[in-house]
Order: sequence, then C-alpha cells, then structure tokens
Amino acid sequence: MLLEVRDLHVEFRTRDGVAKAVNGVTYSVDEGETLAVLGESGSGKSVTAQAVMGILDVPPGKITAGEILFQGRDLLKFKEEERRKVRGAEMAMIFQDALSSLNPVLSVGAQLGEMFVVHQGMSRKNARTKAIELMDRVRIPAASARVGDYPHQFSGGMRQRIMIAMAMALEPALIIADEPTTALDVTVQAQVMDLLAELRRELDMGLILITHDLGVVADVADRIAVMYAGRIVESAPVHDIYKAPAHPYTKGLLESIPRLDQKGQELYAVKGLPPNLMNIPPGCAFNPRCPLAQDVCRTDEPPLYEVSGDRGSACHFWRECLDG
Amino acid sequence: MAERLSGSVAERPSDPVAEPILQVRGLVKHYPLTQGILFKKQVGAVRAVDGVDFELGAGETLGIVGESGCGKSTVAKMLVNLEKPTAGEIKYKGEDITTLSGRALKAVRRNIQMVFQDPYTSLNPRMTVGDIIGEPYEIHPEVAPKGDRRRKVQDLLDVVGLNPEYINRYPHQFSGGQRQRIGIARGLALRPEIIVADEPVSALDVSVQAQVINLMDRLQSEFNLSYVFIAHDLSIVRHISDRVGVMYLGRIVEIGKDAEIYDHPTHPYTQALLSAVPVPDPEARERRERIILFGDVPSPANIPSGCRFRTRCWKAQERCALEVPLLAVPAEFRYGGGPAAHDSACHFAEDVSIWRSAPGQAVPPEEPTDEVPDEPTDKIPDEPTDESK
Repeated sequence: MLLEVRDLHVEFRTRDGVAKAVNGVTYSVDEGETLAVLGESGSGKSVTAQAVMGILDVPPGKITAGEILFQGRDLLKFKEEERRKVRGAEMAMIFQDALSSLNPVLSVGAQLGEMFVVHQGMSRKNARTKAIELMDRVRIPAASARVGDYPHQFSGGMRQRIMIAMAMALEPALIIADEPTTALDVTVQAQVMDLLAELRRELDMGLILITHDLGVVADVADRIAVMYAGRIVESAPVHDIYKAPAHPYTKGLLESIPRLDQKGQELYAVKGLPPNLMNIPPGCAFNPRCPLAQDVCRTDEPPLYEVSGDRGSACHFWRECLDG
Repeated sequence: MAERLSGSVAERPSDPVAEPILQVRGLVKHYPLTQGILFKKQVGAVRAVDGVDFELGAGETLGIVGESGCGKSTVAKMLVNLEKPTAGEIKYKGEDITTLSGRALKAVRRNIQMVFQDPYTSLNPRMTVGDIIGEPYEIHPEVAPKGDRRRKVQDLLDVVGLNPEYINRYPHQFSGGQRQRIGIARGLALRPEIIVADEPVSALDVSVQAQVINLMDRLQSEFNLSYVFIAHDLSIVRHISDRVGVMYLGRIVEIGKDAEIYDHPTHPYTQALLSAVPVPDPEARERRERIILFGDVPSPANIPSGCRFRTRCWKAQERCALEVPLLAVPAEFRYGGGPAAHDSACHFAEDVSIWRSAPGQAVPPEEPTDEVPDEPTDKIPDEPTDESK
C-alpha cells in the first residue's frame, strides 16, 4: 500500500470554538491507483490532504489523532526536515488556483528548475534544460522560448499545466490534486484532465483527486471516498457507487444532478444545509438531512459497515439505501 | 412591429419565438484600448460582444452557455442597462431600451431585474436582509408605499423559502444557498417580467444547487417570469432552459431548442463543448467520443478573421479564414426540417450525435447497459436522420 491514512482527526482552534474538520478519516491509495475524494466545501477533503502533505497551518490547525503511513512509514512521526525531503520528491500536490500558487516574480523556468536545484543539487543551467523538457512534456507550445516567461503571461490552462509539470518534476510516487480543474473552462478542463491521467499512467503514480464534481470523478477515478462533515461516509469502486449508492448522502448527490429523462420535473434536492463543524449533530452527522433517518441515527454514530469486500458505508440503513 | 416580426421570421425560419418580450439585434460592446497619457489614442478594442442576436419569449427560459471571456456576462449587463452597448438594439416589448433615459428608462428597468453570480459580494454586508430586499422600493416607491414595505419584504422571504423572521439579520449570518435566495428575493421585489440570472448557482455546493434551481423553476410558473439564464454548467442549463444559445468570443455560434442543441449540435464548437463535459457515469468512459480542442480561446482584442472558431477547429479550411459564417439554418438542413434545422454559424455544419447517453445523465441502476437515450418524445415527434438509432 502506497499511502494509508488511519483514523485521522484534525481540529481548528478558533476564537469562536473548536471546529472539528476531520473526524476519523481512513483511506488508502495503492501504487498506480486513482482515488477520488468527493465532498462539498467544509467536508474536510482538503484538510485531510494538507495533513498528508504536511502543509497544514499549525496553529490554528492541530492533528489530534491518527496515522499517515506513506510506504509503511508514519509521516506524523517525522521531523520537519525529513518531511521536507518527502514533500516534492516522493509526494507532490497540485492546487486549484495556479495563479496564486505560482510565484509571480519568478519566471516559470526558474520555478520548475528550483525543484532540481533544491532536491538534487543540480546546477541552474542544467535545471533550466530540465525545465524546458518538463514544459514540453506537459505540451506547452514553444517551451524553449517561453521558459523565461512569468506566470501572468500564461493562460489559466497553461498555468495549470505548469503546476502539473512542477508536481511531476521529480517523478513522485503519489500526487494529490486538489480541485485541479475547478477554475478552468470545460474544454480546457478536458485537456488538463487528459494530460494528468496520461502522465499518471506513464509514471505509474498513485493519484488522490479531490473534487466536488461527480462528472470528473466518473471519468478518471478507480475508487471513490465520499466525505461528509469530516468523515468518510462511503467508500467503493467507482462503478459500484454510480450504479447503486449505499449511503443516502451519496444517493442525494447523484440524484441532484439534472438528468435528461427528468427534464421539466423538479430536481431532487438534499434538504437543509451541511452542518456547522463547531456543532456537528450527535449520532450520524447527516441525520437532520437524511430521508431514512430513524431514532438510532440521532444517537449512535454509524461505523463504516462492510457492504462487500472492497466497499463500505457509514449508514445504519445501507441495505435499505442500496435497495432503492 | 408586425412587419418587422414577419420579416425576421422569414429570415430565420427556425426561430420559434412567437411573441418575444425581448428582442436583441446586432448587440455590440467594444472596450477601447488606448495608448498615451496626455493624448490618448485608440489602438484597438476588446471586442467583448461582437454582434449578438436573440429573442426571448414571454414565460420562456433562454439559456446562454459559453466559456469565460465569451461575453455572456457582458450581454447580461447590457440587458439590465448596467453597460451601454457600442451598437445594436435591445427591444423590450418593441421599445429600444438602449436609447431611453430618465423616467422612461427607470420604468423599463423595473421590469428587467438581475440575479448575480456571487452571493457573497453582491449583498452589502452592512445592510440587513430587510434593507437589501426592500432597497428596490426606495428607487421605485410606486410599487410599495412605505408602510407596506416590511410586510412585502417578509412575503418575499417566505416566497423564496426563508423564515420571514430573519428580516433583521445580516448577510454573513446566512449560508451561500440562503444568500442566493436573498439575491433572488431582491430580484423579485419589483415584480419584474424578466430576470437575467448570471451564473446564479455556480458558487454553490452541488446539494444546494438543486434547491436553488427548483426555487427558480417554481417562481417562474408562479410569477410568469421570463429568464435569461447564463451559466457554464451545461447540464444545469439544459435542465432549466427551453432554448439554448452557445456563445464563443462575443458571438452566438449556435442557438435552438434545448433538444436541438444537446442532441443534434451542428456547430463544431458546441460539439466539442458537449463532448468535454464530464459525465457522471463511469460506464460512459468508453461509450462516448470526446473531442479535445487544441489550445485556448483567442484574445477578444485580436479576433481571428472569418470564423472566430477556426483557430481551434478541426474542420477549418481556407474558406473559414475568409468568410464570416452567418448565424442561420445551414443550407443542408434548411428544407429537410428536423432537429438539425436550427441556427448554426458554421460553413461545414454537420449533425453529429456525440452522446449515446446524454449529458448529465447517470444510467439508471436497473438497466445499466441500455444505450438508447430516453428522449422526451413530445419534443421530437419524428427524426429520420437521428444517428443514434
């Protein structure tokens, strides 16, 4: 197993109280596997990723429990220096907003080359050649002419390619992509997702794709973990989940997408709002919005029940949900 | 007006709008690019909107889709008179609103209201919800006398599904979806006939988007509203729209009924756009053909000659660089009729069905291998040319 996150808990201490952003997340990614972490804003999907990368803001954030095993080593026991060697070289991250993730006063060539200079002690001249190679690889036209350009001189799609190039530079074993195409237009999104999938195959990397877009997930993922209020509520191979979701929240999300055969009818809408993380409802966090909720849901927090060998659902009534 | 109507119908045989409440003709917005400090000299223009025509029927929803920078938001701003067009006309019930001013303009504005994209920045954080929704009454006091306003605002809160007791709260006390409801309530305050909604659900979470779409659907039938619904999410646009226009670089490249555009796109850009939309159905990975466009949208300050899509089009030929394709029913479909016979600005228009399963459609769990799209049969009675059958 490439990466295993076990029972991770993250809190944010704020002036108004403690926000429990991640409450016992467990997931794993194999070599060459694509795991999609699906969730709405505030579900804890990005915070989990930041904890894995070791870029969580501490304080106010704090990892209160759990393990993050990367190739068998618990990253949470690493010193910051050791962590820094892992970051970039062995695991890398692609962010949503390329313009604010790139340094505006350094040329993209310098930023790409920095990876080699810092991690491998390469000379600046060789690093520049490497940067051009990388830009070619992510199909930036006229790479050798544009290596000295600054981020603002590139379009949104091109900038995201540079982010991808930077993440791939040292051929890490794991890439975490946090909403990599959310800020892009549909046609550009297709280009970027294609490129990402192709490079992942080529380098046989593990990929964690964090997104709220059920369409993107269906296109590229092998497995899905659905998050709600800081927990994994359903985890399954991609085909199973779209055929028959085993958690009412997943089901609600899938049904709220407009469908052709229901045009003119009212859309199914999950009622209510996601919970406040400072005040998560007792029992199942989804119970106030759930059509299947019973008394037990308001008192007992459901564990991740095993639905089948590689599939789990944190719902007391997953059987009823699965049956329709 | 009668002559003009019949004239336009003859030119554009596919246009189904019988009684347009809004007619847009040759709408243009250019932003000048200047050089020099003291003596400013115009060196060019950003052609944000470059000749847009469409009609909106009473009670109809027209969806406008396109990528960022295609000019769809600029069109929205011109419709509500927040931007002055460089050229062209916008006729509301036969009256050109671009030439109006003073009292006449104010009267028209009451009937065309806007809902903005971002509910976080479009509500003044220092005003209470009651003041925000009631502000239109300050400008149009004839709609509601002062003593009556509080009750009217509470009614509006109720209509959009918010607790009327929240009238004294501030925007930060609400979630994104609730704020968008406040924005919609403000848009409704003056009982307009037309609402221009610019990306009204893009900033919202998936589970909340459906709530707001349902609300807009309900309000439309309750108040007989006409919507111009601008968005980049093609499956949502399809759900809510009667007709859809596709914009690219300041022009509408294809427009027609929703089923015509989504199932029988004839413009290559529409085809690429539809094929690029991720489908929430993993089985569709292998089943659909994807067209991945090369490169980015050109700058609107430097629009290609001829057809503006030609730089990214796989069908482009010499003719496309020389001749601007007009938005009309392509000659090859003009007499055959059927769903491919709608306006499309392409010299080489072709009826290509990209979908074997439709956009935004998850395959029902009971019959996952069923590939025949469930067409709403009342929409397309017969279609001998349909390739998917």
